[in-house]
Amino acid sequence: MGDLTVNIHNLKLKNPVLTASGTFGYGLEYDDFIDVSRLGGIVVKGTTIHPRQGNEYPRMAETASGMLNSVGLQNKGAKYFATDIYPKLLKYDTNILVNVSGSTIEEYIACAEIINELDHIPGIELNISCPNVKEGGMAFGTSCASIDAVVSAVRKVYHKTMVVKLSPNVTDIGELARAAEASGADSLSLINTLMAMAIDAERRKPILATITGGLSGPAVKPIALRQVWEVSKSVKVPIIGMGGIMNATDAIEFFLAGASAIQVGTANYLDPMITIKIIDGIDDYLNRHKFSSIHDIIGGLQL
Amino acid sequence: MRKTVQNLKVIANLRLNDDHHILRLQSADKLEQIHPGQFANLLVANSSTVFLRRPFSIYSVDYTLNTISVYIKIIGEGTRALSKAVVGSEIDTMFPLGNKFTLPTEKEKVLLVGGGSGVASLMSLAQSLHAKSNEVAILIGARSSKDLVELDEFSKFGTVYTTTEDGTQGVKGYVTNHPVLDLELSAFQRVYSCGPEPMMKAVAKKAKEKSIFCELSLENTMACGFGVCLCCITKTIDGHKCVCTEGPVFNINILKWEI
Repeated sequence: MGDLTVNIHNLKLKNPVLTASGTFGYGLEYDDFIDVSRLGGIVVKGTTIHPRQGNEYPRMAETASGMLNSVGLQNKGAKYFATDIYPKLLKYDTNILVNVSGSTIEEYIACAEIINELDHIPGIELNISCPNVKEGGMAFGTSCASIDAVVSAVRKVYHKTMVVKLSPNVTDIGELARAAEASGADSLSLINTLMAMAIDAERRKPILATITGGLSGPAVKPIALRQVWEVSKSVKVPIIGMGGIMNATDAIEFFLAGASAIQVGTANYLDPMITIKIIDGIDDYLNRHKFSSIHDIIGGLQL
Repeated sequence: MRKTVQNLKVIANLRLNDDHHILRLQSADKLEQIHPGQFANLLVANSSTVFLRRPFSIYSVDYTLNTISVYIKIIGEGTRALSKAVVGSEIDTMFPLGNKFTLPTEKEKVLLVGGGSGVASLMSLAQSLHAKSNEVAILIGARSSKDLVELDEFSKFGTVYTTTEDGTQGVKGYVTNHPVLDLELSAFQRVYSCGPEPMMKAVAKKAKEKSIFCELSLENTMACGFGVCLCCITKTIDGHKCVCTEGPVFNINILKWEI
């Protein structure tokens, strides 16, 4: 058994496998399928200060090797999370991060302040990359100035580990990653979904009610790998890589590209046990290649 | 029973007509109770175009053989591939998912209204209602007589009525043209329905007018099937609800339908 432990700032992960926000609910939905405490961490559903109903239906379109969603941050708000969900998560022996989002900087701050009070939530993932909301979300994540504004503002009120989730829908992700790091991010996670659309030719209409949505699944993996690689050359903070990871081999590719940990997203829909299989598969890979630790392969791409 | 993902063995693939099949799938484990209204999410293996699982109502359950049956209407590539499943092969199946129909606690006279592949969710319901000595009537609507399937099976559990749009069998027209859903509706204490949305809306309207308890099983496109992707929502008086976990069965009084 290789050493799978990694640190992301102050977070000590028993293994480098986390779940991507919006694909794992609050973890509770997976209790029938897996022992959630085996995971390195879970990132719970995108949370905002005010409850949000999310977008109109249809919100999902299946595409070649992937899918589009336009859920639009449907959630019951930070206070509901703190009072109704948080107590149920105390049973888990894993790192629980809350994905924090907002329409304005004030909303990000207010949400982060509530989460900051929860003792057993050791970190947040600041979502400045949701492509499915009209205001805020990705708008914050696509320029250095707006990244600086929101990340610096939340940094002032949030004192635990702050991961900033980057958007792939940008020209130079390295530059934006440096902006997030300079503004106080302890870690960067990427990629969020890619802005995309699907059309029903017979009806001559968009499939999604919002016309555009976010693409995820194996279709996006090559783009995600390239962006993780670029960001790993641009910043010193640890990177959490994601985008189309369907198995342990995919995960290994992200470590080689420079990620210290990974998140599994859309694959959870197809196989709710996939995260456990990926943890075991990473261990098998280390043994097969006679590596004693996951650190032997992080950034280990041979050029 | 709790949700599980298993490779189930195909022990029968019954072709009902050109585009309807019933797959009987066997678990290696003892099945625990599965409720009428619940569904299964089947993986379409080795497809270059089908990415997500496909949800199907659990048509019937055999606790002796540990089998579930799913009723497949061929719509696209996923359902076409599943309709070709070979006996002896295995299908990666997530089940049982979703809530369940609410059964009466005392003997009642109940009407089940199914249209198209919507009949799939009504078979196990009819069986359960019949087993509890309710008086069951089943009204099934189809385009044409060739689309009316499994009537003999339904007739084991209640009186079967039919409508066809072309008049080739039963009353000509839609289910709402049948007297059992019109003049005779007041005789029933409950109505359950599953089928195309316009049909269910018409059924719901009739039930609502007469203040009869009515539950519908909704269909929706889903990515996960267990309440995490939040894609398969429907509008209710309590906001958006997931069809996969808070449904697929909804009381008409909860739904925000214009009826």
